[in-house]
Amino acid sequence: MKLSTEEYKKLWQKKSPPSPWYKTVPAAFLTGGLICLLGQGIKSGFLSAGLSEKVSSAAVSCSLILLGVSLTALRIYDDIARFAGAGTLVPITGFANSIAAPAIEFKTEGFILGACVKMFTIAGPVLTLAVTSSVIYGVICWLGGVL
Amino acid sequence: MIFIKAFLVGGAICALSQILIDKTRLTPARILSFYAVLGVVLTAAGVYGPFVEWAGCGATVPILGFGYTMAQGAREAVGTVGFTGALSGGLSAASAGIAAAVTLSFLASLVFRGGNKR
Repeated sequence: MKLSTEEYKKLWQKKSPPSPWYKTVPAAFLTGGLICLLGQGIKSGFLSAGLSEKVSSAAVSCSLILLGVSLTALRIYDDIARFAGAGTLVPITGFANSIAAPAIEFKTEGFILGACVKMFTIAGPVLTLAVTSSVIYGVICWLGGVL
Repeated sequence: MIFIKAFLVGGAICALSQILIDKTRLTPARILSFYAVLGVVLTAAGVYGPFVEWAGCGATVPILGFGYTMAQGAREAVGTVGFTGALSGGLSAASAGIAAAVTLSFLASLVFRGGNKR
């Protein structure tokens, strides 16, 4: 059976209708909110343990990343993500998932060209663009101080 | 109070992202890249700092907070070490998170295997 791109698109849309917004948006709100609430809880724990504001913030990121990688490795993260959509993508746990999932998935293609290369499929562009924009901002700050 | 704000703000950012994804079918790589850069831009514009003060982890846990951390790091490093700070500041501030994500993911890939679900 030969299909043009347009026909295929129609068929695909018929076979897999997108979830309605009144399901996806509340699911994203609830899950994303809960992850941020968890982060706030962890942070108040670190703060009351006597860590500084800055160290606590970094420790919260690392804790949530540990959680994201663990749930990905145990194949639980995908199940939550199917329900939560952007609620599990946008928090820092989603960034961890975007590195861990391809690392685990592609190790069959070798550790270097599989795991090590593919783990940056999504994180690569994120890091590239974030680093570049932060350097540009830093240079602007420097120029602002010099001029 | 900060807990309620973290929940509501974090939830709202994710809900808006979901609408964006539903409307545009942007891929995860594009969404995450866009947010990280947006975090840098909003911090540079002086908007995100006060927002973080107000919303706590509701503002820092979404990937926008990653851009915020890097932008703030770059600015502070320029203040202390000058021009090289523009290069080192962003990654220095985000280094713990990046190192944790990369190291843990690599270790996980050594131990766990992918493939079909259960």
